[in-house]
Amino acid sequence: MRIALFVTCLADTMFPQAATATVRLLERLGHDVVFPTEQTCCGQMHVNTGYPREAVPLVRRHVRVFDPYDVIVAPSGSCVGSVRHQHAMVARRAGDVRLASRAESVAGRTYELSELLVDVLGVTDVGAYYPHRVTYHPTCHSLRMLRVGDRPRQLLRAVRGLDLVELPAAEQCCGFGGTFAVKNPETSTAMLADKMRHVLATGADVCAAGDVSCLMHIGGGLSRLRTGVRTVHLAEILASTEQSGTPSARSAVRS
Amino acid sequence: MTRRTFLGMPATAPPVTAPAGVGHLRGDESFPDAARRSLADPQLRRNLRHATTTIRAKSAGVIDEQADWEQLRAAGAAIKADTLHRLPDLLEQLEEKVTGAGGVVHWAADAIEANRIVTDLVRAAGADRVIKVKSMATQEIGLNEALEAAGITPVETDLAELIVQLGDDRPSHILVPAIHRNRAEIREIFLREMPGVDPALADDPTALAAAARRFLRETFLSTPVAVSGANFAVAETGTLAVVESEGNGRMCLTVPDTLITVMGVEKVVPTWRDLEVFLQLLPRASTGERMNPYTSMWTGVTPGDGPQAFHLVLLDNGRSAVLADEVGRQALRCIRCSACLNVCPVYERAGGHAYGSVYPGPIGAVLSPQLTGIEDNASLPYASTLCGACYDACPVKINIPELLVHLRAEAVESRPRPTAESIAMAAAAYTMDRPRLYAAGQRAARLSRLAGRRGRGLPPPLNGWTASRDLPEPPAQTFREWWAGR
Repeated sequence: MRIALFVTCLADTMFPQAATATVRLLERLGHDVVFPTEQTCCGQMHVNTGYPREAVPLVRRHVRVFDPYDVIVAPSGSCVGSVRHQHAMVARRAGDVRLASRAESVAGRTYELSELLVDVLGVTDVGAYYPHRVTYHPTCHSLRMLRVGDRPRQLLRAVRGLDLVELPAAEQCCGFGGTFAVKNPETSTAMLADKMRHVLATGADVCAAGDVSCLMHIGGGLSRLRTGVRTVHLAEILASTEQSGTPSARSAVRS
Repeated sequence: MTRRTFLGMPATAPPVTAPAGVGHLRGDESFPDAARRSLADPQLRRNLRHATTTIRAKSAGVIDEQADWEQLRAAGAAIKADTLHRLPDLLEQLEEKVTGAGGVVHWAADAIEANRIVTDLVRAAGADRVIKVKSMATQEIGLNEALEAAGITPVETDLAELIVQLGDDRPSHILVPAIHRNRAEIREIFLREMPGVDPALADDPTALAAAARRFLRETFLSTPVAVSGANFAVAETGTLAVVESEGNGRMCLTVPDTLITVMGVEKVVPTWRDLEVFLQLLPRASTGERMNPYTSMWTGVTPGDGPQAFHLVLLDNGRSAVLADEVGRQALRCIRCSACLNVCPVYERAGGHAYGSVYPGPIGAVLSPQLTGIEDNASLPYASTLCGACYDACPVKINIPELLVHLRAEAVESRPRPTAESIAMAAAAYTMDRPRLYAAGQRAARLSRLAGRRGRGLPPPLNGWTASRDLPEPPAQTFREWWAGR
């Protein structure tokens, strides 16, 4: 299947290993991945900070860039959530009904990685090998905007060598919330402290999630406290095989 | 006298919001400043964590056993949406039915009018003290302060409200106003402030409740006027309903000669049958009970039974302005269950006082700024990570995250001048709409090590991040560089 990668600006700029892993994984499963290079950012930060007008050109760009593709995937529940639940609203608010309907059409073809694998490609065992103790943080937008439910854990349970430990109070937000983390740093940090307490209680070596934004937050805290627990994107785990070796959170980008 | 109401009509003038200087819809400081102080109190955080975790678990348990919960939510949302759609007509129907049953209906445009109406009624009844049923509307308008200024003593009879009143404190939760207090603190307040309290009072819940009961029984029997709020008012019958779990409300609603009810206009429901939906939704979503313990209903005046004078004060206080906002009006569906507070990770850490208004938590963050106008509560829509737990928990399906985002846009648009943030956002949008510039920006982010090791040298507001979190090291290669080099 021909699949267009919606890389997301944060993964592109700061966490390319999540995106390269998505490419390697899908190619290993026999699919043709294309990367439309005119893409930039979905505009979620603008919308969620109160700048929907500024987001209009970004929505227009996103829709124009991805409209030609039948299947679009992003390694992020949050950015897919924005495409699915905000783009049409932003367009309508700006009075552009045509853009709104095109945005809805693109949204209908856009999937978060675990949705694509389980629902569209019909695969839960992707042939991965990852011999580590892993706990999974489900991330709010995957959980409550997209309702990906158990899909990521189904995928993780099928990974050879992986010891999946349940995260207590998993469904509570880690406190990131985009600009919330800098507008309300004390409340954000209090939420993060509880999330880290739960992660550490599992005894896991790796905290995984489907969003690099939440991982950046949790990982930033775990690193500050020198806990030794790494944060790794779901795609990186699923891309790992006996042959490829297993990447760490800060692995260099290699082709 | 018939009076036409024009709630929610397209406004030619700016919508009238709740007046400043009266009532409790505005805090003295922004949410981040207020939250900083409450977060520094470890006892408060322990009290809140314990209480919200307990209520959450109890509520989730009884919701799970209700097979048609989702249909009930949908029905609740639909009834409320329909009500808001024809609010003026329903209010006039309610007025007619209440009047026909021997009650008197008063219309209050705002907190000032409502306080004056109630004060005049209490004076006319010749009373210098009133007993109060727990009520959000009277907290909202600052009725207690208005009565005190007129020489009338209001006595809160809800146990938690009494704790707050005796402690000269503010409520921090819609349903559990003293949620921020533990029993040792409550014992302390009773010993200090409760007339005639036993100095050997223990801090177990039974002893504390018994002390409050002794004090309140005296007051119930010797006070001729009661003031209440209302959970629901049925337009087709003129019936008012109050739900509570102590029985103290029922004492107030039945023992005195005069009863004055202050009700936000959005509390009306069209028909008696509609209560069937809400009396299932409310207890399970709020206290985690299957059925509400004390449900009191009354229609006007019944000769020889209960209060012989009944006054209903219909309160607007900014609600018409909320109704006029197509997206914002869904906040008026709220039945004050507090489910959104109990599941909110921000509320759980920051506590109710941080929101400034009597309406805390997620619903407060979307309701208060609409009632007052965004300028007076501009930080509240940002007091959320948009995690969505509130929307899932809401028994009338208010899309609180959608509303928060909507109000953030209003907050930005209400600023008269560009800010550092608005300039940065415009610059980011400009760059992100130009892929070459965007790629250049990515390279600059990598090359500039101005941030210092792990970003600790960043200027405000970004140092808010680095106070507690490391910044990731920028990668050697962006994804698009990797892709181009494949």
